[in-house]
Amino acid sequence: MSTFDYAPAPESRAIVSIDSAYGLFINGKFVPGKTHFPAINPATGEKLSKISQASTADVNKAVSSARNAYQKTWSKMPPAERAKYLYRIARILQERAREFAVLETLDNGKPIRESRDVDIPLVAAHFFYHAGWADKLQYAGCGDNPKPHGVVGAIIPWNFPLLMLAWKIAPALATGNTIVLKPAETTSLTALLFAQVCQQAELPAGVVNILTGDGKVGAALVNHPDVDKIAFTGSTDVGKTIARSVAHSGKSLTLELGGKGANIIFEDAAIDEAVEGIVNGIFFNQGHVCCAGSRLLVQEGIHDEVLDKLKRRMSQIRLGDPMDKNTDIGAINSSEQLAKIKELSAAGIREGGESWSPECALPDKGFWFPPTIFTGVTQAHRIAREEIFGPVLSVLTFRTPQEAMEKANNTPFGLSAGIWSEKGSRILWAAKHLQAGVIWANTFNKFDPTSPFGGYKESGWGREGGRHGLGAYFKGGNHD
Amino acid sequence: MKTDTIIDGSEASLKNFLHTLPGVDQVGAQARAAMLGTRSVKNAAKAHAIDLAISMVDLTTLEGADTPGKVRALCTKGLRPDPTDSSVPRVGAICVYNDMVGVARQHLDAIGGHDLPIAAVTTAFPSGRASMPVKIQDTQDAIASGATEIDMVIDRGAFLAGRYGKVFDEIKIIKDICVERAHLKVILETGELVTYDNVRKASYIAMLAGADFIKTSTGKVSPAATAPVVLVMLEAVRDFYAMSGIKIGVKAAGGIRTTKDAIKQLVLVNETAGPQWLTPDLFRIGASALLNDLLMQRMKMRDGRYASPQYVTID
Repeated sequence: MSTFDYAPAPESRAIVSIDSAYGLFINGKFVPGKTHFPAINPATGEKLSKISQASTADVNKAVSSARNAYQKTWSKMPPAERAKYLYRIARILQERAREFAVLETLDNGKPIRESRDVDIPLVAAHFFYHAGWADKLQYAGCGDNPKPHGVVGAIIPWNFPLLMLAWKIAPALATGNTIVLKPAETTSLTALLFAQVCQQAELPAGVVNILTGDGKVGAALVNHPDVDKIAFTGSTDVGKTIARSVAHSGKSLTLELGGKGANIIFEDAAIDEAVEGIVNGIFFNQGHVCCAGSRLLVQEGIHDEVLDKLKRRMSQIRLGDPMDKNTDIGAINSSEQLAKIKELSAAGIREGGESWSPECALPDKGFWFPPTIFTGVTQAHRIAREEIFGPVLSVLTFRTPQEAMEKANNTPFGLSAGIWSEKGSRILWAAKHLQAGVIWANTFNKFDPTSPFGGYKESGWGREGGRHGLGAYFKGGNHD
Repeated sequence: MKTDTIIDGSEASLKNFLHTLPGVDQVGAQARAAMLGTRSVKNAAKAHAIDLAISMVDLTTLEGADTPGKVRALCTKGLRPDPTDSSVPRVGAICVYNDMVGVARQHLDAIGGHDLPIAAVTTAFPSGRASMPVKIQDTQDAIASGATEIDMVIDRGAFLAGRYGKVFDEIKIIKDICVERAHLKVILETGELVTYDNVRKASYIAMLAGADFIKTSTGKVSPAATAPVVLVMLEAVRDFYAMSGIKIGVKAAGGIRTTKDAIKQLVLVNETAGPQWLTPDLFRIGASALLNDLLMQRMKMRDGRYASPQYVTID
């Protein structure tokens, strides 16, 4: 018998039609930009389209159209009517889910399995959830008659392009704000397709505006005097710059920044499932996850067993064409990000960490990095402290639960943590001691629109999702 | 036997060993099985998987209404599943009740299937509620009639009462009867054990007691061979191999009716125990209706269109 192998099972890209060039979405219409930059498929290097670079004048236009829509339409509309638009958008997103999944994978490099099974269903769920809130805001715990800010400026990253868009737009619209959103430079396409969905849903002009471009566009939006609130997801460095810019401006600000999540495996854990959780924690979305479990803390007594099983499991990870339905790890989103991952990995080796990757052939074109673990890592290694934002796991050990807590919290970040134990009392004890905004028990990287997400310390301010997340979009709400 | 280094044969050492096994997280095991269910097996890979699955089928009839005629028909079908296409592999084994083994053996020998294995269900299948002498006699009869594989059931009552030693001893006694004459498959009846922790424990009891195969179900209790149950059993054989150097097979039986179901099972094997388990020597699928669906999918792959069910034989 020949070996059992999976034939290539590529998803068809015929479902999406990508325009040769895209404009900016301002006041319900696409406006051509003056200069352009390419949208690249990171798995092949193929140029997918040309994206407009917004100018300062475009930012002004977008903000004034958002202000106009806020004053004349959106804030006047009965909340139940706003809800109808959100429901309509949610349903269209579900109907066009395959199209969005394919486009997200082409533009971002993530496997189709993830965009199809995780990103897009969560996007629709986020709109459905917030649609339900729109006419029940007096129950959000922010007073009897909570007031929206007005115009929200949102800046989102490239790791979950459409999902991060949903995390900003759905609560902003549900609470009665209008929005100007800037997607990441390398992943604009699904945001632009979302703009078409806004047109299809006949959302009033100016309620959602989408400006593409580089960091200068984001800076112009942050510094614009007529923007009332900034919602940013991205790196801690940029987050600090934004915080400085916004200080004393009276603008409200939420920041969802980096992380160096500890995934803690106690010796009484369900080992096979914990190994799945480690894999899901760091290799999900190529490790391009702010809440990734990038530090594995494993109790010394089971270190060897866990590592053996982890290596065996990693040998089965299928890296390659993101459009193949059987692919587990896709492409690194950009050459810049690939360079950062390589630099930090090289530092790990220089500092004496032991690097291991399964045998896996990397495609010739595009940007790729193999799933990698570093053993022999201590708290003093750079790879144990800095966010790597790639498929690279640092393995540390601990002897006692107390030591695990100390090591897990010994980081400037505080976004996520995972606890693996079959002992309920240990899970509750650890959850109480971990300084992290999101703590998963016996699972990792699970998201739900009803559950607030956000960080401690340098991982950011405020929460997104759930009732807690709504507060950020009200005057005088949480984190104002 | 190398398992002597794992336990010394006493109930205390067995219990101590079982106590060291990590638990199974239900949500995590189900999520992993569901994820593997999304693997897409198409084209040449599918054609290969279909033939592999056919060769792993334990073609089964376990009905009160079984007659010599029915059993002979089943044997003929198992030897040449598609009479119009000799490239179809034969099935892994024919699986019948104890008293039908002789009929099956005689018929298979007559039609050139003398090396097609015959599995007999014994030990008071399906409930296992009988005295040990009855179970022993049941097994001896089957082997004397020509069975080359014994599918025994464990005493689930003893297991659920925590009498792991009794479960172990019964398997060991049956194993001693089978030794060098028949392969022993131990049916855990996972639908009655209910939890994945129990499935894992029972798998180890069976492997330590000398099972050649561990088998999910009798087919008389639902749920049977669900993907997470098979996943947990495949993890058990994989880890047992790492600790003892002994490769134990897995038989998924009950509820696997379509080609899609069967291919999902093969994916579970491939990504859990590993490709070396993808042989009829180490993985079987207990089924009856499944074979015809595999044959119809095979025709579809060959001809490019679906045939009417009348183009495959009913038995």
